[in-house]
Amino acid sequence: MQVALSHFLVVAGLLMVIGVFGIFMNRKNIIVIMMSIELILLAANINFIAFSGALHDMVGQVFTMFVLTVAAAESAIGLAIVVIYSRNRGSIEVEDVTLMKG
Amino acid sequence: MSPLFPTLLPELALGLGGMALLMFGVLAKGNQFITCSLASVALFAVTGVFVLLAPAGVVFDGLLTTTDFTRYADVLVLLGAAAALILSLDYNQREDIARFEFPVLVVMAVLGMIVMISASDMMTLYLGFELQSLALYICAAFARDSLRSTEAGLKYFVLGALASGLLIYGISLVYGFAGTTNFAALAKELNASQGAGYGTVIGVVFVLVGIAFKISAAPFHMWTPDVYEGAPTPVTSLFGTAPKVAAMALLISVMMGPFGHLLNQWQVLIEILSIVSMAIGALGAISQTNIKRLMAYSSIGHMGYALIGLAAGTEAGVQATLVYLAIYIVMSFGVFACIIAMRRKEQAVETIADLAGLSTQKPGYALALAVLLWSMAGIPPLSGFFSKLYVFSAAINAGLDTLAVVGVLTSVMAAYYYLRVIKVMYFDSGSPDFDRAAGGVRLVMLAGALATVFFVFIPGPLVSAAAAAAHALMG
Repeated sequence: MQVALSHFLVVAGLLMVIGVFGIFMNRKNIIVIMMSIELILLAANINFIAFSGALHDMVGQVFTMFVLTVAAAESAIGLAIVVIYSRNRGSIEVEDVTLMKG
Repeated sequence: MSPLFPTLLPELALGLGGMALLMFGVLAKGNQFITCSLASVALFAVTGVFVLLAPAGVVFDGLLTTTDFTRYADVLVLLGAAAALILSLDYNQREDIARFEFPVLVVMAVLGMIVMISASDMMTLYLGFELQSLALYICAAFARDSLRSTEAGLKYFVLGALASGLLIYGISLVYGFAGTTNFAALAKELNASQGAGYGTVIGVVFVLVGIAFKISAAPFHMWTPDVYEGAPTPVTSLFGTAPKVAAMALLISVMMGPFGHLLNQWQVLIEILSIVSMAIGALGAISQTNIKRLMAYSSIGHMGYALIGLAAGTEAGVQATLVYLAIYIVMSFGVFACIIAMRRKEQAVETIADLAGLSTQKPGYALALAVLLWSMAGIPPLSGFFSKLYVFSAAINAGLDTLAVVGVLTSVMAAYYYLRVIKVMYFDSGSPDFDRAAGGVRLVMLAGALATVFFVFIPGPLVSAAAAAAHALMG
């Protein structure tokens, strides 16, 4: 079977949906939320690469490089924030992030 | 194509200046917070001059474009960020978070905002957006020993990262279905193909949602109250001004530029965002006791009003939104200066009840806050009235009567909670015993209040600058 553009788009769409649900449905751990965020970014990357191949255009691949770089910086900052948070709170359970409400 | 050097001068100055400040802060002995902060304010002033002097043009093969529109938004961003830094000078020292990284992060965030305002390609848009967001995540969690600040940083990070994920996914769809990331080429492509395909429209919706998170338009506002309450107050005052202007300018330039021909598709979405934001802003604030949370709902509501101008989709509408933003940030940093001045016995207090009896002890301070809140409620002849007048008349001229009616109704509801604060200050008994505020804080408070009061006498320069900016974008 030929792997067509639509197959890539479906995979990317599924990853994106899993990522969004991972953020909102997850009640356990903040690290899982960070993994979900990575999934969303990777879904966009798959889209870019697939479109880049289909359009015979390099822009998509260049864009992917930038997204990867930004994703690395984003996780570094996210983990740093999780570290200082766990130092203050003594926990990284999602259910404990409830000091401010309303 | 314009020459790189004079056109790109503001971005170069900010980038190189920010890195120089970082090196200085690392290498110099002792705590360089004050030096770095003052140098950053000076850097913003110099950049502002460059913004006004640098010739308009397109650089980097169409990646960045500067026009009168970007100039206008750049100046507002620089103004808001400079005010936030002045407010941080005293506060950060008293709260023991006076580290030189703070002004450096603010400079980097402003660089990101200026890049995203000038972006004329999805790539620069995304990079500017992320540079701004990443620096602001750290700012929100800057009081790293405070549970509230770190929780605010965490929430801002998770929802901000989700927003940028949605944005980049939308950009990937737009790229794939329209075949380019350049704004000018996109505008041409979407015009030629007799209405865009479903893929492009879905992409545009994702992009819209991503940016709506950043301007905290309801229903994407859920991070705003928590982050406003938890973050250190100078950071809150920054969040309330510069990033809002930058993201709104970005929204305008994206929607009117590359997606301008899809007006019929996105107009109704902006209308919904606007109506829901105005309603949430008015209803959510009523039960608040913390004044920073109250300001969060107030900013959600104000973004709803600002969106009215964009929903109109006309040059007059864009002009009205730009005037609204300028007036809003001036009121906003005035109010935040008043909130930062709320300190008793070296402790920051932030509930509305703490203001009781302020008018007898500090009449000037109470009057300034009262004027600013009256203006936010939209009471003539203060500037906030005119900003609302401009957006409502733009909406009516574009045939969007519903938006104008909802706007008037919600601003009446919102007047209730603004006036409640004034009532507490003037008619409730109590003795706030606030400490004497620092010079910089009083300066910002005074500047905000005076600009609010005297706008009615000299509206000309602002309105004509906004008209030129709107014309540069749409004409």
